[in-house]
This record gives sequence, C-alpha cells and structure tokens, in this order.
Amino acid sequence: MSTKIFKHIQTPVVPLAIENIDTDQIIPARFLKATTRDGFGNNLFRDWRFDENDHPKPDFVLNNPTYSGKVLVAGKNFGCGSSREHAAWAIADYGFDAVVSSFFADIFKGNALNNGLLPVQVSDDFLQKIFDAVAADHTAEVEIDLENQFIKISATGEQESFEVNPYKKACMINGYDDIDYILSQKNKIEEFEEVR
Amino acid sequence: MGQTLFDKIWDAHVVSSAEGFPDILYIDTHFIHEVTSPQAFDGLRKRGLPVFRPQQTVATADHNVPTWDQHLPIKEELSRYQVDMLTKNCKEFGIELYGLGHPYQGIVHVIGPELGITRPGGTYVCGDSHTSTHGAFGAIAFGIGTSQVEQVLATQCLLQSRPKRMKIEVNGKLQNGVGPKDIILYIIAQISAAGGTGYAVEYAGDTIRSLSMEGRMTICNMSIEMGARCGLIAPDETTINYVKGREFAPKGEEWDKAVAYWQTLYSDEDAEFDSVLTFRAEDIEPMITYGTNPGMGIGVTQHVPETASFDVKEQVSYKKALDYMGLHDDETLLGKPIDYVFIGSCTNSRIEDLRQVAEFVKGKHKADNVTVWVVPGSKQVQEQAIREGLDKIFDAAGFPLREPGCSACLGMNEDKIPAGKYCVSTSNRNFEGRQGPNSRTFLASPLTAAASAITGKVTDIREFLKEEELV
Ligand code: SF4
Repeated sequence: MSTKIFKHIQTPVVPLAIENIDTDQIIPARFLKATTRDGFGNNLFRDWRFDENDHPKPDFVLNNPTYSGKVLVAGKNFGCGSSREHAAWAIADYGFDAVVSSFFADIFKGNALNNGLLPVQVSDDFLQKIFDAVAADHTAEVEIDLENQFIKISATGEQESFEVNPYKKACMINGYDDIDYILSQKNKIEEFEEVR
Repeated sequence: MGQTLFDKIWDAHVVSSAEGFPDILYIDTHFIHEVTSPQAFDGLRKRGLPVFRPQQTVATADHNVPTWDQHLPIKEELSRYQVDMLTKNCKEFGIELYGLGHPYQGIVHVIGPELGITRPGGTYVCGDSHTSTHGAFGAIAFGIGTSQVEQVLATQCLLQSRPKRMKIEVNGKLQNGVGPKDIILYIIAQISAAGGTGYAVEYAGDTIRSLSMEGRMTICNMSIEMGARCGLIAPDETTINYVKGREFAPKGEEWDKAVAYWQTLYSDEDAEFDSVLTFRAEDIEPMITYGTNPGMGIGVTQHVPETASFDVKEQVSYKKALDYMGLHDDETLLGKPIDYVFIGSCTNSRIEDLRQVAEFVKGKHKADNVTVWVVPGSKQVQEQAIREGLDKIFDAAGFPLREPGCSACLGMNEDKIPAGKYCVSTSNRNFEGRQGPNSRTFLASPLTAAASAITGKVTDIREFLKEEELV
C-alpha cells in the first residue's frame, strides 16, 4: 500500500503560539469513538474552537478567516501526551500538510510521518521569525522543501534546514509504506523467532 | 565498554538493522484495546493480511467501559459499538480478549503485569502512551500510534530508531507520607514535561530499589509525561518475587532458565548514558500539580509560580494555564476547596494503592462537598479488594468502589468531572478537558487524594499523619 506523498509546498500559515499543545487539545478523548480514520478534522482543537453550545469561538485562530494555509505553526513541545494517532489524522483531515514547531513530542512525530503529515522542527529563533512574519502580514508564506530539507519564509528569504530520518523521508517522497518494508524481510523475522 | 540495561534488551530484539533505516524490533507481546485498534484491523482487511502472531496479542476493553453496572449492556451507543467492534475483530483474527465480564478484564497496563505477561527482558507495545508502565519489570515498553498497531499486528515487529539513554537516580529516605507518585511528579516538575523527550529513562538509586513493584510501575507509568520514549528499572528480587507464580509466568525449568537470564539484566558499571540526573529523596514533599501539564507541579506547601518568573515567550501559555485552572500568581493550593476525588487509572489503581487508601480512611468520612470515585484497575484488583473487605471500609467512608476501567482518567465513559469543578486525581494527566470538558485537575498521590477527600480541600497528608501519631 502506498501512503500520501509529500515533496514541496509553498503556502500561507496558521499561527498558534501556544506551548505544550497536547493531543487531548488537538482531539479530545470523547471524539475518539469513531472506528474509521475519516472526519476527525471537524473536531480538531474542538474545545478551543467551539464553546459548550457548539458555537465557534471568534478569537480562536481557526475561526479567523484572516488566516488560512496548509501549514500549522505552533509553540514548542507540540503533540505531547497521549499516543492517539487521531491527533495526526485530525490535523491532516482538516487540511494541513505540515506542522512547524521548535520541538515535537516523539510519538506524535512518528504518527504524523506515518500519515504524510510532515513535522518540521525549527530553532526557537526561526519559529519566532515565522510568527513575526505572519504578524506583519497574515498572508506571509513559507516554503517547505522535503527533498532538500529546508524551510524558507518567502517574503524575507530567510531559511533554515531541518532534520528528518532518511528512511522516513524516502517513504514520504515516494509514498512507501512501513508494513511493506518489514514484510519484505519476513524470512528474517521467522529466523529470529527460531534462533532466539 | 559496558552496556546499559536498555541496550541489552534492545539488542536481544533486533531482527534486522541497516544504515539509514530504523531497526526492525521484535515485539514479545502486543496489548490492544478498543479505542486505538479498529482502524488497524481495517487496514489489515484492506491489505488482505492476517494477524502474524495472534498468540502474542492480548486484548482488553478498558478506555470506554462504564464503571458501574458492567453486567448491563453499555448505554452509550458509540462506546458500545467500539467495544463490540473489538470483540468482532478479536474473533475474526483469533486474538484472546479479556472483555467486559471476563475475570481478567481491566486497564491494559494493570492486567499485563498482574497476569505475569509482562516480564523482565521483554518488549511490549500498545496503542497507549502509558505502556511505559511495563518497563518497571526491566523491560522495553512504549506507546505506539494506530499505524504502528497495524504494523505490529501484521509483522510482530516495529520499525524504531534507538533512543538516547538517560539515567535518573533517586537516593535517600522519603519523608513519611511521600510515595512513588510524589517522586515522579517531583522529577517531572524538575525537568519539565519535555525534559525526557528522545530518551529511554532508567530509574536507579536506593530509593527506587526500595519500592514495591506497584510503586515502580507508578514511576515508569509517568515516564511519558516528561516526554520519554519509555522508562525502566533493572529487575531484582522484588521483581522476580512479583512475577513468580502468576498465571502466565514461566513454570518449572522454564522459570529457572528465565530467572538466570533476568539476573543478567542491569546496566554495567561502565555503561555510558547520554544524560544522568540525580535527586535526593529527602527534598521531595507530597506533590500536587496546579497547571495543565504534568510538569506544572509543586510541593503541596509551595506557592504557584509568578508569571513574571517565566521567559516572556512562555508567559502567554502560562497565563492561559492559570486562567483555565482559575488560579492566580503566588496562590497557595493548600486549603483550596475541591469538588471531586478520583482514585484510579493505570498510575494508581493497583491493590497496594487501594490498601493504602483504605488503611488511611478507615474510621473517617469524606467531606460533604466532595464526590469520591475509587476505580480499581482490574477485575482481579476489585475482587481482591472485596476479599480483603476494603469495599466495606470505602463504603463507610463515602468512597464507593466502582468497577474496573480507565474512567475519569480520560472521561471517555460517563465518569466525567463537570465544567469548572476541581478534582484531586491520582491519574497522570492534567491537560485541559482531560477529565471532562473544562474540568480542572490537581494530580497527586493516593494518600494526598484521600486526605483531601476527608477534609474537602487540598491537604498536606503529613499534617494528618503527625496528628495520628499523637493519638
Ligand atoms: S487509565 Fe488513563 S492513562 Fe491509563 S490507559 Fe487508561 S486512559 Fe490511558
């Protein structure tokens, strides 16, 4: 099976300058009862986005029509907490292709990569530069190039390179799938089981 | 050069390793539950694959289940559907299910150890971040996402890059009333909710060594709350005695062989860690959290930090957390009225936790303003508590003993803390809305939770214990 392909994007961003955004905020537990992978985007950041009567809260960034784009930019330690992959599904389902932060929680990072959602880890300074650029002009765009591993603020031309596991990079660029890869070594698994 | 405990176990499970690729790691047991597995089974169906090693997969229903009247059909439709789906999937793919009504049912991280499935030297995964609990046995155990659940179902292996290693030592004698939960909340408060990210953490030192298996599980359970991949503690006599004789523990010759191997599982003297931290047990007070991540914890007599003490960039998030909690700079939590007390979750719902709470509340009664829920971690814990008469003590104190499940730890069933209410909780997360929309959580130990239930406000357990010594 192949997964979603990611190579290069240029897009405005949605800024969310909050730190330690945990997966319970991204998708609260009460919305984890679905048994398919679809539709989680409707409940992305549910309790920040809607009040208890399901009315949109006007001051939350996703409800502000000024901001749009395929990249979510968030404060450090993004995606901490629960291992729920539903968090990555919700962000991707909402329409984001990448999340930029100065620090990601491990499990979230892995889950995102497994769903064609690129986590881009930048320095604190560069993160601030993106926030500043969007504050100056809400249509400010960033360019993310996975092949060459850099992120650039289009208006100023400032750029920074980012790390990504080479295997995962190949998977995202080519749409490879982990299970196919492991199953290609099934004989090794069986050997391992015999000799251990 | 010597090896760390973590590397010894990891190396013994590498199926294949190639430059530039994550390792293919063999998984001894895969635990699954109703919430993070349905999409994985769907994936298998789409690929036309069977479960590769169904005998090494163990299922239970815990996250969604009611904790009252479990013999009746689940009322909430979506929860019922999800639990039914698990039953159907387990049947179709040949997996043993400890579902509702089964004597082994319970929170996945409570049943693995108590059934002797979790053992030293093993590798365990589950679509739940608190899988780190099982590391208390000297095992590698971590939480995974649903795509990885599918991966392990399909291959019994996981693609994983080796994390860095951290050693956290705690030495010295704990104050009276301070326990494992306080130790781990203290460590997380010191190093922050992200301080362990990228690491496998080995806990060591004489304080850790002196803990029971239950206590060690409490510590390893919360490794993920500092961002760590997993936590582990070298096995010793305490570990071996705990595993011995349990349902699925090795028997006879197998047992002797296993123990001989387990005795080789420790970090060599000259093993190198990427980071080493040391703490003094004497410095640890009963802990309580005041904010919206587990790193925001203080000793129960301390004051909430001032916003100005944080970096300007961090102040927005900090203020947001205090506003959510209805607290202000420099406030003291001691004496703050509370509404709920939750004693449960995979952090603190084992028989030892219930015994400790029962011993403390015997002859006391909860305050009128507080609702108390005691939720055992498993059917076995519940039955044991009843056999020991703990349920009667709880009843008399106004602490009804419910039925096993995750319950108010994440509020997926009907056990939700209402909006704006304060709950002293023995669970592991104080995130916004974790225990119910707009609920406010103070994380603490079972003793602190019990004492707070009695007085109706945040309480320093040490004051209680002093008084009791006097009478
Ligand atoms: S008790 Fe809470 S933390 Fe533990 S497995 Fe259940 S939901 Fe997760």
